[in-house]
Amino acid sequence: MKQQQKSSFKKFLRFLSDNTVTVLFVIICAVSIPLSGYSLTYLVSEIIVRMARDSFLIVSLLIPIMAGMGLNFGMTLGAMAAEIGLICICDWGVVGIPGIVLAAIISTPISILLGWWCGKILNLAKGREMVTSYIIGFFMNGIYQLVVLYCFGGIIPVRSSKLVLPRGYGIRNTVNLSGIRLKLDNLLAIRIGTISIPIGTFLIIAALCLFVLWFKKTKLGQDMRAVGQDMEVSRAAGIKVEHTRIISIIISTVLAGYGMIIYLQSMGTLNTYNSHTQVGMFSIAALLVGGASVSKANIRNVFLGVILFHLMFIVSPMAGKNLIGEAQLGEYFRVFVSYGVITLSLVLYELRKKRELGDEGAALAAGQKEEGK
Amino acid sequence: MNKIKEFVNQFGLPRIIIGLFLLLLFIIAPFVGVKVSTSINDTLVRFGMNSVLVLAMVPMIHSGCGLNFGLPFGIIAGLLGATLALECEFHGVVCFLMAILFATPFAVIFGWGYGKLLNKVKGGEMMIATYVGFSSVAFMCMMWLILPYKNPTMVWGYSGRGLRTTITTEGYFLHVLDDFLKIKIGRLVIPTGMILFFAVLAFCMWAFLHTKTGTAMTAVGSNPIFARASGINVDRIRTLSVIMSTWLGAVGILVYEQSFGFIQLYMGPFYMALPAVSAILIGGASVNKATVANVIIGTFLFQGILTMTPSVMNAAVHTDISEVVRIVVSNGMILYALTRKTEASR
Repeated sequence: MKQQQKSSFKKFLRFLSDNTVTVLFVIICAVSIPLSGYSLTYLVSEIIVRMARDSFLIVSLLIPIMAGMGLNFGMTLGAMAAEIGLICICDWGVVGIPGIVLAAIISTPISILLGWWCGKILNLAKGREMVTSYIIGFFMNGIYQLVVLYCFGGIIPVRSSKLVLPRGYGIRNTVNLSGIRLKLDNLLAIRIGTISIPIGTFLIIAALCLFVLWFKKTKLGQDMRAVGQDMEVSRAAGIKVEHTRIISIIISTVLAGYGMIIYLQSMGTLNTYNSHTQVGMFSIAALLVGGASVSKANIRNVFLGVILFHLMFIVSPMAGKNLIGEAQLGEYFRVFVSYGVITLSLVLYELRKKRELGDEGAALAAGQKEEGK
Repeated sequence: MNKIKEFVNQFGLPRIIIGLFLLLLFIIAPFVGVKVSTSINDTLVRFGMNSVLVLAMVPMIHSGCGLNFGLPFGIIAGLLGATLALECEFHGVVCFLMAILFATPFAVIFGWGYGKLLNKVKGGEMMIATYVGFSSVAFMCMMWLILPYKNPTMVWGYSGRGLRTTITTEGYFLHVLDDFLKIKIGRLVIPTGMILFFAVLAFCMWAFLHTKTGTAMTAVGSNPIFARASGINVDRIRTLSVIMSTWLGAVGILVYEQSFGFIQLYMGPFYMALPAVSAILIGGASVNKATVANVIIGTFLFQGILTMTPSVMNAAVHTDISEVVRIVVSNGMILYALTRKTEASR
């Protein structure tokens, strides 16, 4: 009896240590929701908007994790490709759903090219993919600025004077996306009371989730999982390791591009030089909050993560204001939490990896002892 | 021909390109009407401002902890020291020294904790260091608002609480090092004090690396298993190296501020690690090997490009693409270092 109690307690501890981040977030949200004083309907409607806005982006992170390449900080590359697509359709004056589709079509080849390049570089830096992909994001941001700030309006013709800076070339800091604003969200939208549910967007997200589930079962998906488990063994089994890894990054980048278009059509404005820099960090933090780790993530983590992370995001400024009388404090708090979550998850992942190695060693030693007897 | 190839391989193509680019900028400068003397002057000042921050990379690279992307953590210790010294109303050189003194216990405590953490996550240091830096900056954003500072030059005027985003060091420790033994040759002004200060620290670092502990640190960095076998306490040495890096980061930001003239709080230290990391890499360091010479060459080349590009480009083509050049050069250099095969296998 006592033994049983002890083992269930151990299980509980194990559960806590495996889900530290999620549990922590549930506590933060539980404390700050009453403090913020927001009504339940307001929170629900906000969460639904943000789920539609961000889920696609976060799902794009799943495939590189499957291939053992960690969190793809290089998803900003896809976001940049999407932004170039959006700038083009704004210039050409294509609006509504055709505009969104056209932007997606323009972004695809750029994403593929960038993803291929990113994958090539990550193959050179095996074992430190995350920090490398993170720096790749910064590096491409420089190239992106070069293209958007100097080539657009110069080498690449832009007709609309609303887009171009007064000096004659370069795109303005903010681009108004009124032509495609909420066009996808309002497609097939249903209203329940004051809450509006963008069914169209959710259908697309559902289709993507089905795609990811299906993809896991294909030959390529199985190869990726094998590569994620052990590169050398997969190579011996005849899998083209490098090739598989590049493909996983390409898929992720292209999906991130589509996700960014969905995100921006919901926002309605494009911050030409800032939008993409934040997206990677928020998506990764949300995924980790949902209980994913560097080596394991599934679709459940995505949705749980979006809900918890954005709940914290919505309530913390108000909670900070009501608690200390300073909304600024709440804003800093949420920035701190976003970074803190990533730090904590990375540390826990490394610790767990070590513990598992230790456990394996202990099991092996015990087995040998048995045999010796 | 083979010799040239060997030299290129050894020195690294990107470094040669950057060196030639800087040389080209200096050659073009007089033709487009940029005064070379002012350019050299600016380069020297910026060299002095940033060199200590770059020096802060050396101990951690030596002990095998990788590039110190967590530099903001040390910078925060420095900022705490600076604000405390201002709060106590010290002035002049005393203020600067007191700032270093105040910053030291913070740097040691932070560095100790940070080092302990990095010991637990061997192999994944760089990514975790990045995010430790970010979260500490974000955490201190809250603290700057809450901490009970009183000095009216530092707190917001209307509410009387919470520190300003930028605090001037004028009247406190502005230019205390710059003006010490300043040499003027025509238009050229050499900030001797600042460069001397760096020289002293760099010499100490060089001397330290040749002591017993310093040699142990190098051993830990190049082969931890061998180091353990020869009786070195690997974790202790690594923690020591992180403390040193953190402290140098703290002193580095103080040197930076006394020349720059402002203490930048809140999100100010956020991206300060990247320029320092790329500077030492440009100087010829790799992910697990760095010397004091790398620091000097790297800081000079990197800061030279940062000063020369805007002025020369502006004069030559009437556009300012210096920001783009900065981003591409610094991050490109880090990417190059991360992807080197020989350096990847430790």
